[in-house]
Amino acid sequence: MSLVVDSIVKKFERFPALNGVSLTAPQGAFLALVGPSGSGKTTLLRILGGLEFPDSGSVHFADLNWLDVPARDRRAGFVFQQYALFKHMTVEKNIAFGLTVRAKKLRPPKEEIARRVEELLALVQLEGYNKRYPSQLSGGQKQRVALARALAIEPRMLLLDEPFGALDAKVRKELRGWLRAIHERMGITTVFVTHDQEEAFALADLVAVMNAGKIEQYGTPQDVRRAPKTPFVADFIEVQAGI
Amino acid sequence: MKFRRYPTQDHPLSRIALSLIAIGVVTLFLVLPLATVFTEALRKGLGVAWEALDDPDARAAVRLTLITAAIAVPLNAVFGVAASWAIAKFDFKGKQFLTTLIDLPFSISPVVSGLIYVLIFGLQGWFGESLREANVKIIFAVPGIVLATIFITFPFVARELIPLMEDQGRDEEEAATSLGASGWDTFMRVTLPNIRWGLLYGVLLCNARAMGEFGAVSVVSGHIRGLTNTMPLHVEVLYNDYQFVGAFAVASLLALLALVTLVLKSLLEWRFADDIAATHRH
Repeated sequence: MSLVVDSIVKKFERFPALNGVSLTAPQGAFLALVGPSGSGKTTLLRILGGLEFPDSGSVHFADLNWLDVPARDRRAGFVFQQYALFKHMTVEKNIAFGLTVRAKKLRPPKEEIARRVEELLALVQLEGYNKRYPSQLSGGQKQRVALARALAIEPRMLLLDEPFGALDAKVRKELRGWLRAIHERMGITTVFVTHDQEEAFALADLVAVMNAGKIEQYGTPQDVRRAPKTPFVADFIEVQAGI
Repeated sequence: MKFRRYPTQDHPLSRIALSLIAIGVVTLFLVLPLATVFTEALRKGLGVAWEALDDPDARAAVRLTLITAAIAVPLNAVFGVAASWAIAKFDFKGKQFLTTLIDLPFSISPVVSGLIYVLIFGLQGWFGESLREANVKIIFAVPGIVLATIFITFPFVARELIPLMEDQGRDEEEAATSLGASGWDTFMRVTLPNIRWGLLYGVLLCNARAMGEFGAVSVVSGHIRGLTNTMPLHVEVLYNDYQFVGAFAVASLLALLALVTLVLKSLLEWRFADDIAATHRH
């Protein structure tokens, strides 16, 4: 049930976004893709989610040729940078969305959906917010609704694009600890993208430092920090730590 | 204490002057002509105006206009949504070309648009011979009028929706897909609710034009009274016959339809202001 990414190449019209990216992560890993903007980390995440397709290379996950599985069947819970909540739906409708669009045979009964929504609202500490609209929530609250919505489909994989990017420092710290706790509790293989190495190192079991469409170094935060393999990695850690 | 103005605030006199100019122009060019239409129609009393509207030819013109709009508007709503969905949510070759093509009816003179249909479907046109053999009449008949109207009103819905959908981006659709929604579910539950106000405006504008179009319809209609005259054409026929009251009575009815459209739009804007603001990103 591990995740194996092998030699992914993806070119956009003018520039290569991914230039032969490979990595392996065990089931239940908490993996960070970190690097400057334009390094290809979001493209890799979107490929895992089925929102983008590589020109060549393969992805295997849960004993499946992952690229052959259409996005809607992957059950890869995706949390978008701008949350992408459904603006015209209440919080509870947002969270229930993934369950209500299931085919009739697979759809849980109404009461079951309502129960699950309550459970998830409790998990993300938003009890009583059922009837609010996204426009009535703060950034941190939207983020938590987005996560609850992704968790509602019982994802096989959780993908987060700059999950804390738009939040202020205090909320960010809070949500970080809390995301880690949820990961520990559910054990879902989680991949998140960030440009903030401090965040990546504090949160993840495995860190892939990316630059210009390639993985410069991949390993545990301790290893990467102790022995940066390339000047870029050394520089990246240095520069960011200096801020 | 000295009176201080905010830096962005103009002198009161210039504000008054600007307002007066705006009101003057609107009155002169919009309100007065509209008022004239109604006063001319009622010049000889309500009864005479009503008689002009009750005339069989006038009633046929109203019916034809309503039928034309009833066909053209739903079709263009569907075309418009499909085209703007394709343009805003997908990348493909020739996208720019398609966008330009949608604007074509706006940039071509309506008379030319009508002539195009005559050239294609008319007796001397490309398909004229085969259409005559099949006994299908398009030019100087209702199908031609409907076709010309569809062509003229094609851009309204798409033009309203493309910027809106591009502004909204693809995030919500992608989210829906990753949550397991099918393409149809994504469209019905996410895309359509997000564009419903834009769609409604587009449809209202499209309808106003479909009922009011003169140039293109005039070329393909043949002006057969009681058969192929729409309301705008009927107004012209009556006017040229010196039946001024009748002409203005039909014109008033047409103007009323436009006013109803405007009132409807404002009412919706006022009633659902919050909702409209919420479905726009900014």
